[in-house]
Amino acid sequence: MIRHFEKAVADIAANTFLNSITVITIAFSILIVSAFGLLMLNMSDFLNIWKSGIRVMVYLKENCNEQNRLKLEKAIRSVPGVSDLKWISKTEGLSRLKEQMKNQPSFLADLKDNPLPDAFEISLDPSHQHPDPISRIAAIVQKMERVDEVEYGQAWLGRFAGIIGLLQMAGYAFGGLFFMAGVFIVANTIRLVLYSKRDEIEIMRLIGATDGFISAPFFIQGSIQGAAGGLLGTGLLYLVFSFISLKVKGYEIVGPVSIRFFSPEILFGIIGSGVLAGLMGCYFSLRQFLKY
Amino acid sequence: MTHGSRKTPIIRMYHVYKLYDSKSALSDISLEIEENEFLFVTGASGAGKTTLLKLLYFGESATNGQVIIDGVNLLRIPKHQIPFLRRKFGIIFQDYKLIPSKTVFENLALVLEAAGHKRKFVEKKVKSVLRIVGLEEKQGALPPSLSGGEQQRIAIARAVIGDPKIILADEPTGNLDSGSAEIIFDLLNRFHKDGSTIILATHDPELIHSINGRKIVLDKGQLISDHKIKEA
Ligand SMILES: Nc1ncnc2c1ncn2[C@@H]1O[C@H](COP(=O)(O)OP(=O)(O)O)[C@@H](O)[C@H]1O
Ligand SMILES: [Mg+2]
Repeated sequence: MIRHFEKAVADIAANTFLNSITVITIAFSILIVSAFGLLMLNMSDFLNIWKSGIRVMVYLKENCNEQNRLKLEKAIRSVPGVSDLKWISKTEGLSRLKEQMKNQPSFLADLKDNPLPDAFEISLDPSHQHPDPISRIAAIVQKMERVDEVEYGQAWLGRFAGIIGLLQMAGYAFGGLFFMAGVFIVANTIRLVLYSKRDEIEIMRLIGATDGFISAPFFIQGSIQGAAGGLLGTGLLYLVFSFISLKVKGYEIVGPVSIRFFSPEILFGIIGSGVLAGLMGCYFSLRQFLKY
Repeated sequence: MTHGSRKTPIIRMYHVYKLYDSKSALSDISLEIEENEFLFVTGASGAGKTTLLKLLYFGESATNGQVIIDGVNLLRIPKHQIPFLRRKFGIIFQDYKLIPSKTVFENLALVLEAAGHKRKFVEKKVKSVLRIVGLEEKQGALPPSLSGGEQQRIAIARAVIGDPKIILADEPTGNLDSGSAEIIFDLLNRFHKDGSTIILATHDPELIHSINGRKIVLDKGQLISDHKIKEA
């Protein structure tokens, strides 16, 4: 094994140019795909945060008495997907509003009457925190007696989720495509090396070397190329990421949300897929060349 | 001499034919070779000597007939067994077939590495084989920097380094001056005395002298003579 490893390293050293091209190509493939993946990761983070903040507000008509209110509460609770219900009286609503707008007290100070309606705030089961179920629940509640208006999350949320879904699909397709490109480029490099060593390989066979013995250094070479490409690609991505996350921290628009990099497990997986592409490229070239 | 004993011959060929495309290179060869024989395969250029050697180590496969090496019928040899068949042979090729980009040491070590030997053993063995062929000081040299006679001696060293049962030599003195040829021949004799089976192909009748051996003659792919050589 050490012997094969030494041979692989010697081969790489002997073909620096070809190997650099291969590693750089793999690195860029990985950079592009993982940049895309990282974007997905952070976008769905945002989406999740927004989702967990989804509340459905039910505003009641005026003059709703205690009895009607309890009846309504019971009815809403029985709608599937509703996990909790909170009563917010018009007085409470106003004090909340005042709290939220304490920087501009004058705006509310002039109010003589409380203009707000009584309301329920509905929390949803996580499984129902999607555009379709939300609008379904809203429609059911809207038809209930004493309900004036149902207000819920941003309509664009649905579109946003849809786009993320589409992008995710595109991401998988891209990933697959670039993986195949990686396999192809390694296969090509190894094919060139095999071709330049065809006499040597023929001699090795004549002196009793097995295909495994002949192939091992090439597999090692392919995995080194894949791993180096993976490290370089994710390293570059990390640089770009660090730069962007510095910029983002400057703007506090995102509040508690911060962007994040891949977990070590995912990084490991990305580099692993580089190695896998390297091994597969080798396998195809060797199979063709040695006809095993 | 094991010739004539009841031991199974190490090499057996029965009604072997070899066609290249539709051109006949060997036809109806039947031959048994005992362990520790010294066999000369002679005949004019193009008679089929090289082809006969190739059939033994499965460098080519017979078009028809049986080739049985040390109990293994090559007609039915699975692909993954071919390397192990080849380790029974030490082959001295007509064109040496040394790897020009590897040093003498590396060329020789490769045989043992391929057979899975440990580094320590490999180093020791390469040194001792180089000593036998008298080229210890050349272990760091690249083959193209050596003379023809030296390259041939390296080729011989590589052929014997794995302690093969059978040594095949294809025109081992063909391109050499008589002094170098003498050295090569003495080496082969020495390995024969140590128990190896030697098969030497040559078109040069001069080479066959002062040896207890056997000579076959090929002519246009046919075996036309097979007899013991009387010591001169
Ligand atoms: N690879 C090959 N393809 C086609 N014909 C070949 C090949 N090798 C040898 N031959 C032919 O087979 C015959 C025997 O060749 P060879 O065994 O090399 O003879 P020798 O070694 O006795 O000179 C010759 O006619 C030669 O031209
Ligand atoms: Mg010949």
